[in-house]
Amino acid sequence: MNHVDPMRAPLKNARGLGSARHGTHHFIIQRITAIALLVLVIYFVALLVSLAGSDYASARAAVAHPVNAILLIAFLIAMFWHGQLGMQVVIEDYVHPPGKAMVFQVVVIFVCVLAAVASIFAVVRIALGA
Amino acid sequence: MVVASISRIPSRLRTSGYASQTHKASHMPPTARPLSPHLQVYRPQIQMVTSIVHRATGIILVVGSLLIAAALLALAQGADAWSCVTALAASWFGLLILFGWTWALAYHWLNGIRHLLQDAGWGYSIDQFVRNSWISVIGSLVLTALVWAAVYYYGGIA
Repeated sequence: MNHVDPMRAPLKNARGLGSARHGTHHFIIQRITAIALLVLVIYFVALLVSLAGSDYASARAAVAHPVNAILLIAFLIAMFWHGQLGMQVVIEDYVHPPGKAMVFQVVVIFVCVLAAVASIFAVVRIALGA
Repeated sequence: MVVASISRIPSRLRTSGYASQTHKASHMPPTARPLSPHLQVYRPQIQMVTSIVHRATGIILVVGSLLIAAALLALAQGADAWSCVTALAASWFGLLILFGWTWALAYHWLNGIRHLLQDAGWGYSIDQFVRNSWISVIGSLVLTALVWAAVYYYGGIA
């Protein structure tokens, strides 16, 4: 980071460092995914409860149903997105050395995106009967 | 003007003792400003606990989301892989994880509603804040019990 004058107001130190137009983007997406998850978590838990004690074939058939497959994929996207945004804030708050923080951020993004892609692929594979 | 006159104060007088002591111990950039006191200054209170637990359960749920991905991959893989998942889930260790996971999800879900309402500007008076925090704590235990009552009503695990 450039020289930061501790006696300047934060705004003065931030000026000239680039656009701040995306300042609320994280906040807004975190809330939108939260609202989506309020509903999708109820659906997901209800699906799991309804599958309690059922065998492999019926679990697969349930996931293969188009309504379930679509809602599951929506749930997975919202969940991994929300998780990444949450972990980003945790890392920003607790991991102070800039290099270490950046490595953590990139690892969290890679893990969340990979897990999202893999689990969506699994649902699609089941839904298409492959 | 007050703002203009601050810059004329000699620098040795600007730095408060509190701020100069605290920045040495951390990785934070040094600052001459007085810093707000951190957690250890306060007596534990429910508002603080619910906030910390929200973050802790969030981290737990991120780990849990990876288990969901693994379970779905196993279901797509075949009956053998899926029987590993159900055997793990039905073991005492698996059940312990699932109980804890259910509570973490119930808490984060319920307390998340509290946070969304606060984002909209509701529930900021101290008595509302304390009451809603207790709703999150007790409600999460109630929700967990309800979910597991339903699980065993519908036939238990595996």
